[in-house]
Amino acid sequence: MAGRQACEPEKGMNVLDKLVCETEVEIKNADGLHMRPAMQFVDIANRFHCDVTVSNGQTNVDGKSIMQMSMLAATVGTRLKIRAEGADAQELTGALRELVEEKMFGEPPPQK
Amino acid sequence: MKFADFVCFEALIPKLKAVDRDGAIAELVSALDAAGKLGKGNGGKITKVVIGRENEASTGMGKGVAVPHVKHQAVNDVVAAVGCSPAGIDFSSLDKQPVYSVILLISPAAHPDKHLQAMEKIFRHLQQEKFRKFLRQCQRAEQIEDLLREADEDPSL
Repeated sequence: MAGRQACEPEKGMNVLDKLVCETEVEIKNADGLHMRPAMQFVDIANRFHCDVTVSNGQTNVDGKSIMQMSMLAATVGTRLKIRAEGADAQELTGALRELVEEKMFGEPPPQK
Repeated sequence: MKFADFVCFEALIPKLKAVDRDGAIAELVSALDAAGKLGKGNGGKITKVVIGRENEASTGMGKGVAVPHVKHQAVNDVVAAVGCSPAGIDFSSLDKQPVYSVILLISPAAHPDKHLQAMEKIFRHLQQEKFRKFLRQCQRAEQIEDLLREADEDPSL
C-alpha cells in the first residue's frame, strides 16, 4: 500500500542508532524516475546520515547514488520500497515520500 | 533492453576530436545525423537542446563518464552514440573529474518508458569498474561495438 510507513528499532540495538524505517512510494509523474528526479532524490537522501536502500522488486540500489538510482527504470505507477537505517531514518523516509508522491518531483502527472 | 537495440553502431567514435563538452556533443549528434537517425535537418537543433539540457544540470555522473540526453520528436525510438576521449573532457562532472567516455542518448518525446529502460541498461554497466575501464581502452569503433555486444550477453560486465 503506497504511503505505508513502519519504523521500529532492531532488536537488542541502541534505539537511536538502529532505527529501521520502511515505506513504499508510487511514482506519479508522467515521465517517471528519469535523471532529474533521481538527482533530487539523491540530493535529499544525502542530507541524512542513515543508509538508504531503494528497491523496485528486482533491483536493490543505494538511494544515495545517482548512478544506481538511474538503474531502477521506475516508470509512472511503479512502486518503490525505501528502506532507511539509522538515527534519522524516519525523517528521511518522510522527506522522500513527500518528494515522490506529493511534490511528484515538481513534474506533471500523466494526461488523462 | 540491449545496447544493440538502441546504440547506433555507425556512430561510435573511439577518439573524439572535440576537446570540450559542447564540441563532443556536437560531434556525437553529427555522427547520428550522418547515420540517418535524426531525420532531415534536425542535427543542429538537437545539438542545441542537448547542450541546453546539460547547462541545467551536468550529466557527468562521475567516474569519467557522462550521459548527455534529451527527448526529441525527431526520433521514434531511442538512439545512442558513444564517444571516447583519451585526453578527457571537462563536463562539469559531479566529482569534478574529466570525462573519458560519453554516451549520447536521444529519446522519443512520447515514450518515457523507453528512455528509462535505455538509461537502466547504460547505468547497469557504467556502474561496473570493469566496463568503464574497457570502454576507456577502446581505440577502434569495432572494439566499442564488441564491448557493447559482449555486455548484452554478460550482465555482470
